[in-house]
Amino acid sequence: MDILTRVRRRFSRFLRAFFKKGRTRIGIYGPPNAGKTTLANRIVRDWTGDALGPVSEIPHETRRARRREGVTISNTNGESITIDIVDTPGVTTKIDYHEFTEYGLEKEDAVTRAREATEGVAEAMHWLREDIDGVIYMLDATLDPFAQVNIMMVGIIESRDLPVLIVANKIDLPDAAPARIKSAFPQHPVISISGQEGTNVDALYEMMIERFG
Amino acid sequence: MIQGVQLDLISEERLARLTSMEKIRLILDEVMAGNIVVLERGLSPEESSRLIEMTMMEIHPDGFSGIEMETYPAREASGGFFARLLGGRQPTSRLTVIGPANQLKMLRKDRDLISAWVSSR
Repeated sequence: MDILTRVRRRFSRFLRAFFKKGRTRIGIYGPPNAGKTTLANRIVRDWTGDALGPVSEIPHETRRARRREGVTISNTNGESITIDIVDTPGVTTKIDYHEFTEYGLEKEDAVTRAREATEGVAEAMHWLREDIDGVIYMLDATLDPFAQVNIMMVGIIESRDLPVLIVANKIDLPDAAPARIKSAFPQHPVISISGQEGTNVDALYEMMIERFG
Repeated sequence: MIQGVQLDLISEERLARLTSMEKIRLILDEVMAGNIVVLERGLSPEESSRLIEMTMMEIHPDGFSGIEMETYPAREASGGFFARLLGGRQPTSRLTVIGPANQLKMLRKDRDLISAWVSSR
């Protein structure tokens, strides 16, 4: 990011904070099947009563970024933030349609899904470069956090000077090891949740107000 | 005929002479030809972002399925007064291995060790 862009972003953040105007656009990023859409649905449902998109065990169910505008999150102290939630396709460096046929999809459907997924990943990267003010980075706590895509994505987010919250998701599963995620990214706040069961999401909302407000 | 995999080790000096797009194009052309590329110094975050995006554009069914890429977590370097003033962090990129996703597999990785396995096509 060049210096002018960085100055413009800082200035815009300063103005937003000073006048309390404008909405912060928070992108939910992470590798495929980390639980991004499950969390996006939970946030939107908890604060608007609506939902954002379908979820599936087949990777790359979300192949287009979906945005819900004007979600207001508040706490018991009367503090609140109004944000746009952007649920993004899972980021990866490889997509092979054969992976989808293993879930029972016909070849034609798997090829279409793979093509849409590649477009979705490119779109997610574009959003991150142009249109995102803060990031919730979702990780499956049962998997290795040192996967290259996580190292790269956290590096990209840091280079853009965006506030980030790292979420160790799926702590309801027996293999979950959120401590590994904390040790992988000690420079960032990490919160452990189960998006599926709603465990600890109130603490996540509190951190979102503090981090993105 | 002897089966093998071409390995290209690209020096920091050579990388420094290339623009971001030239670097990305060089990497993708090599990897799509089935070669493994080792960069003495890795890509910047901006270049990584563009590499992911361009890789996605090159993926085709029954053809190129993407890249496998491994590097160590970046070390953060001091950026000096003006960089701090502007909020700029300047992580130092480190040795990076990139190859075709269907040929390069990571066996083990931690903060100071990358162990990978390469197969011929």
